[in-house]
Amino acid sequence: MSLVKPFDKLPTLNSAAILLVGTDESQQQQLAEAILKEKKIFKINIHVATSLPLPAERDHIRPRIDLIVFMINMQSKHSLRNVEASLSHMDANFFLGKVCFLITGVGRMNHCSVEMNAVRKLGNLYCSPVLFCELESEGIRVATAQRLLRMLQICAGHVPGVSALFFSSLMKSSIDE
Amino acid sequence: MDTPDSGGKTPLGRKTAETGINFTSSTRFSRGLTFIRTHTLFGQSPTRRIIPQTSLLQENADSQKIAFLLRKQWTLYSVTPMYKFSYDNLKEYSRLLSAFVATEKQKGLAVEVGNDLGIKVTLSTFLGLKGTDQDQIAILVQIASRSQLPFENAEDKVVWSGWFCCISGDDLLESVPEDFTCLSLFLANGAESYTAIVGSWFQKTFDCYFSRLTISPLNLAWMAAMWTGCKVDSHIAATELVFSVPCIPQSLDISYAIHPEDAKALWDTVQKTPGEVTQEEVNLFMDCLYSHFHRHFKIHLSATRLVKVSTSIASAHCDGNIKILHSKHLIGVLMLLTELAISQIQ
Repeated sequence: MSLVKPFDKLPTLNSAAILLVGTDESQQQQLAEAILKEKKIFKINIHVATSLPLPAERDHIRPRIDLIVFMINMQSKHSLRNVEASLSHMDANFFLGKVCFLITGVGRMNHCSVEMNAVRKLGNLYCSPVLFCELESEGIRVATAQRLLRMLQICAGHVPGVSALFFSSLMKSSIDE
Repeated sequence: MDTPDSGGKTPLGRKTAETGINFTSSTRFSRGLTFIRTHTLFGQSPTRRIIPQTSLLQENADSQKIAFLLRKQWTLYSVTPMYKFSYDNLKEYSRLLSAFVATEKQKGLAVEVGNDLGIKVTLSTFLGLKGTDQDQIAILVQIASRSQLPFENAEDKVVWSGWFCCISGDDLLESVPEDFTCLSLFLANGAESYTAIVGSWFQKTFDCYFSRLTISPLNLAWMAAMWTGCKVDSHIAATELVFSVPCIPQSLDISYAIHPEDAKALWDTVQKTPGEVTQEEVNLFMDCLYSHFHRHFKIHLSATRLVKVSTSIASAHCDGNIKILHSKHLIGVLMLLTELAISQIQ
């Protein structure tokens, strides 16, 4: 069982890798397809996993992971517990902007089993942005794919002058000012 | 960025994380003109709830009427405050509502003029259903069909009943202007058609709005935890939880029944302060039940949706149906439902 480390491998030219972690495989597939459909100027590797740690056997062929997206479904407490368990199997350097939480299922409040406080606390505790989306709707899926693609570009270092550390400004709300 | 201070924004909670980056974990707004929310930001549920320890049923409660409320399946609605509702005009309202129900029922039928369908509607006050003294008096509406028998003392058969109440709806009551009456919770038992007719009359006459009160799995988990902890002397029933698993083609239902003694023993080890329940305690209680089930059946109940909770005190379904079984805990149950109704209106 290997710990996922952000800087232990050399980056490949003009490419980036994103890892989606979550219990709902169909949602991950949908999101992955939406990301692949987008217009991009670099190569993307999308890796999909149900939980961390990743199996050690394929570690040498795996590219360097630039962005990890944890998908939590508000209608299933199991997905939250799964993500919480996976978070302990990561190298701390990842939390410098290379982790993002993606929350689905908030649209139907009557079916929510996870309380909002828990999700906000998770985002604050791990200093990572929390994005909300409804992957069933086509428009929102495309918009989320575009956001993730932009974040991936920044995390992989393809945008000069902008680093992943700047994502902490996404977490401050304008109420604070 | 300068924010205007007119609305009265008061950040009540600020937390600085150890890393030195300044994060705000919770900020509460107070919209001075309308109402003060106890749980403000979208989708937040309260972190702790108080359980009333003693039976708060007031002395002038009619025990026969209270017994009438128990052991019946009630459908829940939340009602916005009613405009210009007066307790003195109840007879007048009864008469108007009778006429309205009769005409609605006769719509489309060719009936001779002056024929009385035999429907009688009565509105009466229901004393004793109050949480605090500021609560409005509960109203009971009953539709009875006049007996066809020629006997003098033949009783009318009640075909539909509904009642309005509001238990400890303090935060809503404070912020509502003079002419409004706050009776936020409406419970109905009987034919759906009568509920629709009565609802539309109230909506037209008092400019309020009825909406079906659905209960989310989070709130059902709260109910399971709070009601398991209540002491019951007689008619102890098993605690039963029903979960719905989304499956194709037809959804699967899992029913999980727990012996009441065991459930109460588990809750007693989880609850720290008597009389108060926190979100963490509810989560811990449910997690214990889920992990026990997983150990035996290898099924993750946390990935399913809780749809129904039945305990010795009451049973609730996520579609908004409730059945209350004990008069001692009636006020406690109604207080929780009123809180849900008010948060739905807001």
